Amino acid sequence: MRTLFKTSYAFDINHLVDPGERARVGLLILLALGLPLLLSDYALSETMMFLCYAVAGLGLMVLTGFTGQVSFGHAAFLGIGGYAHTWFLMQGVPFLLSLPLAGLVAGAVGALLGRAASKMHGFYLAIATLAFAILMETVFGAAEPLTGGHMGIEVPPIALFGHVVESAWQSYYLYLAVLLFLVWGVANMNRSPSGRAMIALRDSETSAQSLGVNIARGKIVAFFISTFITGIAGALMAHQLMYLSPETFGLNESLKLLLMIVVGGLGTISGAIIGAVFVSFLPNAIEVLRGVLPAGIGEQVGLEPFLFGAIIAGFIIFEPDGLYGRWRKFRLFLETYPYYKRASAVRQKRYLKTGRFR
Amino acid sequence: MSTLSVRNISVAFGGNKALSDVSFDVGPGQIFAIIGPNGAGKSTIFNAVSRIYDVATGSISFGSHDILALAPHQVVATGIARTFQNIELFDNATVLQNLLVGCHSRMSRNMLADFLFLPSVRRGELAARHRVEEILDLLDLQHLRGERVADLPYGARKNVELARALCADPKLLLLDEPASGLNPEETTDMAFWLKDIKEELGVTILMVEHDMNLVGRTADRVLALANGRVVAEGTIAEVQANPDVQAAYLGVTA
Repeated sequence: MRTLFKTSYAFDINHLVDPGERARVGLLILLALGLPLLLSDYALSETMMFLCYAVAGLGLMVLTGFTGQVSFGHAAFLGIGGYAHTWFLMQGVPFLLSLPLAGLVAGAVGALLGRAASKMHGFYLAIATLAFAILMETVFGAAEPLTGGHMGIEVPPIALFGHVVESAWQSYYLYLAVLLFLVWGVANMNRSPSGRAMIALRDSETSAQSLGVNIARGKIVAFFISTFITGIAGALMAHQLMYLSPETFGLNESLKLLLMIVVGGLGTISGAIIGAVFVSFLPNAIEVLRGVLPAGIGEQVGLEPFLFGAIIAGFIIFEPDGLYGRWRKFRLFLETYPYYKRASAVRQKRYLKTGRFR
Repeated sequence: MSTLSVRNISVAFGGNKALSDVSFDVGPGQIFAIIGPNGAGKSTIFNAVSRIYDVATGSISFGSHDILALAPHQVVATGIARTFQNIELFDNATVLQNLLVGCHSRMSRNMLADFLFLPSVRRGELAARHRVEEILDLLDLQHLRGERVADLPYGARKNVELARALCADPKLLLLDEPASGLNPEETTDMAFWLKDIKEELGVTILMVEHDMNLVGRTADRVLALANGRVVAEGTIAEVQANPDVQAAYLGVTA
């Protein structure tokens, strides 16, 4: 087992100080940069969809994973971002301006929802966000002049500095850059007062408040950042979908986002990315599986939702820390081998919390 | 230096009067203990001072600040930090992160600057970190710096919570049963720390405590409370000798 000797405060402040971790992340980024050489255009467009989901998962992770506010309606913000981006593009706003603007529109709506939800908890918050998602789906359908209603609307292609981006690899790098920038930003939040305030709100509102964290403001900020990022994901996704219709951003999509971060591992950035890998490539894996299975099972209609559900139930029961938690345990096993004990990964019994003020 | 002065406060939950007409002053540099049987209203005083409960009547001021005019999250800025009876730490964060949240009220926060981690944010972090290390030194917690709070035993959590309150750089520290759940040895350590905190950092301490040993060793003044009313106030000897206090704890002889 290797110990990292910390010789300055910078070790706790800088990103990726552990050489092993730095190497792993560097390798992943290199792999991501090299993918267009390795993949066909079809596989590359699947990968771009994955990048969109990773961004959206990152957004939801800020709200649910870091701040502890569950949202059953985040697909609505994908939708707001996507429609706003499309509308801005049709008004002639350049892509590079339209993308953050779409994020801001989603963020503004999210902050309003956060203002309304700042006094709600758990169950009630879940219902409120669920209701919001249903409402927004209806609004997308009804606001025909802006969204094209149920007929749908065509998304203009990406154009940078007057040139239409035609090849998939160019937009792939653009998407990757957006993801890396947002991951860097969220990681920055986590090492600064705003991000710590979110974690404080998640773990104990009472003491966060007594240390000077404004609960209502903190939640609104969390909603804003989360929905801003999700809005950008929606804008990127719009180009991949090429055609937007309200049903795309329905409840199913919201659940998919939530399940993604649970399976990936709540409370970590890596969890959002790993979860995105899971939801993006599972349908393809199931397609392959269909070919292998005997026809009686392989051709069943409900196979995909069934496997989705089964895997998620399995995670919640056996590995609440998600895939990323499993990976950390595996690493602990390797690092401490042969001294690893099963008990090292068992959580201590939580002390009972009583005397809450609500 | 500021005095906490509590004047005639009453707190009621429906028809149940938790505090009626309680007044006292905590002068600068004192260790002031509130004692009393269970349900006497000791923690209610703390929750009134930190604005978690609204008071029905009366006033609370700290120096020139009218505490009752503040929102709960603004209290700490006046120089009042607190701990909780049932430890309220951020369980899924490290000790270091917990203590850095303790510095929250003294740090500038700007969402955009934090997102981009501008040089000013790094400077703020380093300053806060410096403060945190001083407190870690004072309470001998350096070895726990990187531990997750959820993995710590009870006694260590108690100390981490004290350290977190100190990180807010308070003038007045409210400690809700600092010795509950500690063994005799840990309680002795706590007594030394309380004196250190008072003498080295010049912090006034107001504490609720059941451990008479700790109260006897540290407190300059003691307030005895029963059924939401002040029974006696004075030095520990005066309060212990007071027949009303004895009656409140032991009952009245027939």
